[in-house]
Amino acid sequence: MDLEIRNLSHKYNDLEVLKSISLEIRSGQIVCIVGPSGCGKSTLLRMIGGLEQPTSGGVYQIGEPPADSLNPLTYIFQDFALLPWRTAWGNISLVLEEHNLGAEAVRERIENVLERTRLTEFANAYPRQLSGGMKQRVAIARALAVNPAVLLMDEPLSALDSQTRELLMDDFVALWQREAFTACYVTHNLAEAVALGHKIIVLSRRPGVIRNVVEIPVPIGERQHGSPELIEIQDQLWEMMREEALSADRELADV
Amino acid sequence: MSDLAQRRDDVVTPTQDDETRKVRYRGGGFSPKPRAFIAPIVFLVLVVIWEIGSHFGLIPPIVLPSPSEVLQALKDLVQSGLLWKHLSASLYRLIIGFTCGTILGLAAGALIGLWSYPRAALRPLVAAIFPIPKIALLPLFIIWFGIGEGSKVATILFGSFFPTVIATYGGIDAVDRSLINMGQSFNLSRWSIIRKIIFPSALPAILNGMRISASISIILLVAAEMIGAEYGIGAYVLLAGNLMSTDQLIAGVILLSILGLVVSYLISLAEQYFLRWRK
Ligand SMILES: Nc1ncnc2c1ncn2[C@@H]1O[C@H](COP(=O)(O)OP(=O)(O)OP(=O)(O)O)[C@@H](O)[C@H]1O
Ligand SMILES: [Mg+2]
Repeated sequence: MDLEIRNLSHKYNDLEVLKSISLEIRSGQIVCIVGPSGCGKSTLLRMIGGLEQPTSGGVYQIGEPPADSLNPLTYIFQDFALLPWRTAWGNISLVLEEHNLGAEAVRERIENVLERTRLTEFANAYPRQLSGGMKQRVAIARALAVNPAVLLMDEPLSALDSQTRELLMDDFVALWQREAFTACYVTHNLAEAVALGHKIIVLSRRPGVIRNVVEIPVPIGERQHGSPELIEIQDQLWEMMREEALSADRELADV
Repeated sequence: MSDLAQRRDDVVTPTQDDETRKVRYRGGGFSPKPRAFIAPIVFLVLVVIWEIGSHFGLIPPIVLPSPSEVLQALKDLVQSGLLWKHLSASLYRLIIGFTCGTILGLAAGALIGLWSYPRAALRPLVAAIFPIPKIALLPLFIIWFGIGEGSKVATILFGSFFPTVIATYGGIDAVDRSLINMGQSFNLSRWSIIRKIIFPSALPAILNGMRISASISIILLVAAEMIGAEYGIGAYVLLAGNLMSTDQLIAGVILLSILGLVVSYLISLAEQYFLRWRK
């Protein structure tokens, strides 16, 4: 299943947030969205998953999601969004309870995703007993449990410290290599974008328009941390973001 | 090699003649610890002082009877079988009134918390009626429901209804939006979101409200029983007062204290059970 965003614009009352956004997310591809703060990245992601309606234009699914996908468009949130009164296991079972899978199938699924996120030993821990990185891994396990066709991630690592972030990045890469998933990944962190993205969308400052699309030809599995090629792309992205930020400053100075 | 040696010389070592002191610990205090044995001692000391005072006539018996007399009054109450009569009458009113008030309050609070029209319709109404001291409505209830059980139960029901409504919708209003969004993003049904996300989130606030409505219920119970009741702890206390038998009066007050403690203990148990995920 592919996703296509066609000529999407959005206004909050008089505040123009997004303007004529068109982009495609192909199956098996990770698309990263970067852009200055407040340019509408989170808003765009909420629209892609149907949590918010754009003023004009729309988001379209091309083709059927895989039959075994229980929730084709699945989010991983910045603040984890775990229920504090449920254990890791309970948080995952929450999203399976309505699908009439049968107790045995649910158990197998949960065990499988806990194993994939290396959380088997923490199945019975409550969120307060887990570190930030483990909480986000529970959230990832919960997302994987419903066999998503597209993962929608809004700065999933930005609430974590940099070491944990590195480890979870490796986890993402490993998960993707094990089974190529489709994802839309919003981030502030350009290193994350160049490590994970097949395609990086650079949004301008508000109102967000697509300023640039950078494709990275290196396969995700072969990307070396700090390789000259990636560094160059990262510098390129940084330059664009800097220009956006500077011209925003200049605009303010004019007022 | 010589580099390293050079560096070692640079390391600053405390010289002998400088005074060496341990850094003073100043992080303690401000965290009361449980001291279980203190409470019974304080209680016992007070009772003993009271008994001695009464014994030597420092406390006139008409002002305050001695603890032994109060104990005797309690014993009489048990032996005559009246204790159970008064207690069961009171418990019956309290349990029916409080339970119905709480259930209706939860339902109304959920309506206000979850849907726009009931919210628009009921919230101003609740806001207007909540501040009325429900005792003021007792005469009205007596006219409506008769001097018997009806008016007493209705008063307690009313008294526990409003705090529960307010606690419930307050709790629902405070539910973390991001959790609701999470539920929606996983396609949970509306009912599942209410039952598995909103209700557990609001539960701490609801239980807090129950604590308040329970104590209001006991106040209203006694007030209602002081008007035209044959049995009930309130009636017992009132009668004792009319007869100037302070020993019975104090015995009744002690029963009320025990009743209040038991109710608040039960709510604590409920909190410990339902909110065990908090700690
Ligand atoms: N519900 C809302 N009502 C009104 N304005 C909103 C709402 N949500 C977001 N906005 C505004 O829309 C703009 C874009 O917000 P959004 O959260 O999408 O930005 P973002 O790119 O995700 O920023 P950040 O990088 O800081 O997360 C902001 O100016 C914000 O103030
Ligand atoms: Mg954002």
